[in-house]
Amino acid sequence: MIRITRLRKAFAGHSVLAGIDATVEEGKIVALLGASGSGKSTLLRCLNGLETFDAGALEVAGFALQPGAHDPRTLHALRAKVGMVFQEFHLFSHLSVLDNVTLAPRVARGTARARAEAHARELLAEVGLSERANAMPRQLSGGQKQRVAIARALAQGVNVLLLDEPTSALDPELREEVREVLRRVARGAHSTSGAGLTILLVTHEHALAHELADEIWTLSAGKIEGVLRPGARP
Amino acid sequence: MRASGELGWGADLQGGEPYVYESPTQPGVIIGFEVDIADALARELGVRAKFHQNDWSNLVPSLERGDFDVALNGLEDTPARRARLRLSRPYFVYGETLAVRAGSPLHALAQLRGRRIGTLNQTVAQDLLQAQHAEVVLYEGQQEPYMDLAHGRVEGVLLDHVIADRYGCAQPGLQCVKQDLARGTYVIGMRPADVDLATRVDAALSRLIENGELRRILEHWRLWDARQEELGARAPVAAPSASATVVPSTAASANTSVSSTEPAAASARSLSAAQLWLFVQGALITILISVCAFGLALPLGVLLAVARSHGGRVSRALATAYVELFRGTPVLLQLYVLYYGLSSVVRFGPLQAAVLGLGLNYAAYEAEVHRGALAALPRGQAEAASSLGLSRFQVLRHVLLPQSLRIALPALTNDFVALLKDSSLVSVITVVELTKRMTIVAVELRDWVVPGLLCASMYFAMSFPLSRLSLWLERRYQGA
Repeated sequence: MIRITRLRKAFAGHSVLAGIDATVEEGKIVALLGASGSGKSTLLRCLNGLETFDAGALEVAGFALQPGAHDPRTLHALRAKVGMVFQEFHLFSHLSVLDNVTLAPRVARGTARARAEAHARELLAEVGLSERANAMPRQLSGGQKQRVAIARALAQGVNVLLLDEPTSALDPELREEVREVLRRVARGAHSTSGAGLTILLVTHEHALAHELADEIWTLSAGKIEGVLRPGARP
Repeated sequence: MRASGELGWGADLQGGEPYVYESPTQPGVIIGFEVDIADALARELGVRAKFHQNDWSNLVPSLERGDFDVALNGLEDTPARRARLRLSRPYFVYGETLAVRAGSPLHALAQLRGRRIGTLNQTVAQDLLQAQHAEVVLYEGQQEPYMDLAHGRVEGVLLDHVIADRYGCAQPGLQCVKQDLARGTYVIGMRPADVDLATRVDAALSRLIENGELRRILEHWRLWDARQEELGARAPVAAPSASATVVPSTAASANTSVSSTEPAAASARSLSAAQLWLFVQGALITILISVCAFGLALPLGVLLAVARSHGGRVSRALATAYVELFRGTPVLLQLYVLYYGLSSVVRFGPLQAAVLGLGLNYAAYEAEVHRGALAALPRGQAEAASSLGLSRFQVLRHVLLPQSLRIALPALTNDFVALLKDSSLVSVITVVELTKRMTIVAVELRDWVVPGLLCASMYFAMSFPLSRLSLWLERRYQGA
């Protein structure tokens, strides 16, 4: 679960997050809508410590974050539970698809290679890329890259998944394959057997937000302007 | 002699005291006993003496090219020179003086077989030592061999008494063998075609000897001694064999001809198999030094680059200072400081100092290459890695450096090839690598073309495969 309390953040005197209060319950999916510069991405980046914040408090996957610099050990532990997917994928270009997915479990968590690879292959199967495990990132399409990035973010068994405009960098015809993967991940989050995955999705795609989210927050000028609850899911 | 009324004479100022050097009290004024001799000579000839600065080891080629009229700079009378040049009658008699550490049993030429003995390149002393099969260590300057003797890097130094008296014998811990190991003369070198000039120079020198002017000059420089009494007797030498004499340790007066290793043939000689093998050895030394130095420069450079781009304030400042210091001063200077300057504190062998000097210097350049390569990586790579929970070190080790090394690869190859060639600088600290070997052979053969081309082709044979390898690696990493 994610609890955001009076969160404030300014860049060079310019307020980006102007006091945000919100909670995402465990196993829920929240979509963040808003114009460019409304603070969506900054909010997301505060949640896994890529950005520090000036005031307020955060609680993410059981970890409390305070204003100012974060303790590296806290971040290390938090990031085992909070995965992030970037707009521009950021796959490690010198590593194969399989190594991209296993790098963090092996290096940051000390998982044995065989175990990490077995788990990575399961995840790659889920995102439909079993065949491309040994490919290099440069050999993949944009949609395939983003699917690998999603598998990579999930590889540590995270409780919280942060998605920063996962379809925005893609050509329209490639977006559907990523949406399909997101639907599957969302179903996992909503299933009773699921590990209670909490998802925060920054997007410009209203249709996708309405389809997947339990709640839609609209951000404007660093504040949550409105909260919408799409109808009960079938 | 030029129609301008000048006698152009070539000599080397560097380390030239008391021969030819810049006055320490009047900068720009050139003094020395050879300056006085050149002036006296010019007066006798009715012209003005004009000094031409020329690297000592290239005096003869420059004379042949016509850069000046005469070479007047401690040029020893040897059969080889006599075969190549027109030489005047002697103006100075020198004794080959052996300097050793106090208490050393070495005192005669015959004892020097297999010993590590220092001297200057292209000297009679070098020939004498090679004839005795001593392990000859060649220096460029006159002070350095005695420093190395004091520090135990060589067992003795054999040089003219003018140099030994001035730079070696008085040093604490050193002593000079009283008797000359050999005796020879300094003469003035002229082009073989300048017959008329040679006759006039000889006549002028004779007058200077007879009227006591030469003696007056040498006395002024405190160089007049019993040896110089021979000057009058040593009239213009007709036979090439009487050029230098070995003085047996028992009788200083016996005249035994120097058994120079070179025959006095006038024609250019060709490269022997033994010399070719020496070239290969020189190339191996070049490779050894370059590989070891780069093996040091690469990791140190990466470390410095990481310190500069990811370090704290202190490590950033230290790394920047290192780069600026080593990049902003000549590598030649660094080699001198490392080998001679620090020798009272740490005593490196020539190879160690060469590897260390080049390695430390190139690390500064590699640091900048890697810093640039790290900066060229998209910021998202580091963010994605840290968002996965990798520590800062793990991000560098597993994500940033593997990628930046690939970016840096062409520049690294470039630097390694540059290092391969810069390694020739280490000859100043007595390492005989490929280029030094080439200059030695070229002087012996009196031919710069064949040794030069051979040397160039060896460098090319070393660097070309490297650039191919680099291209292949680049393609492999970047994919088709």
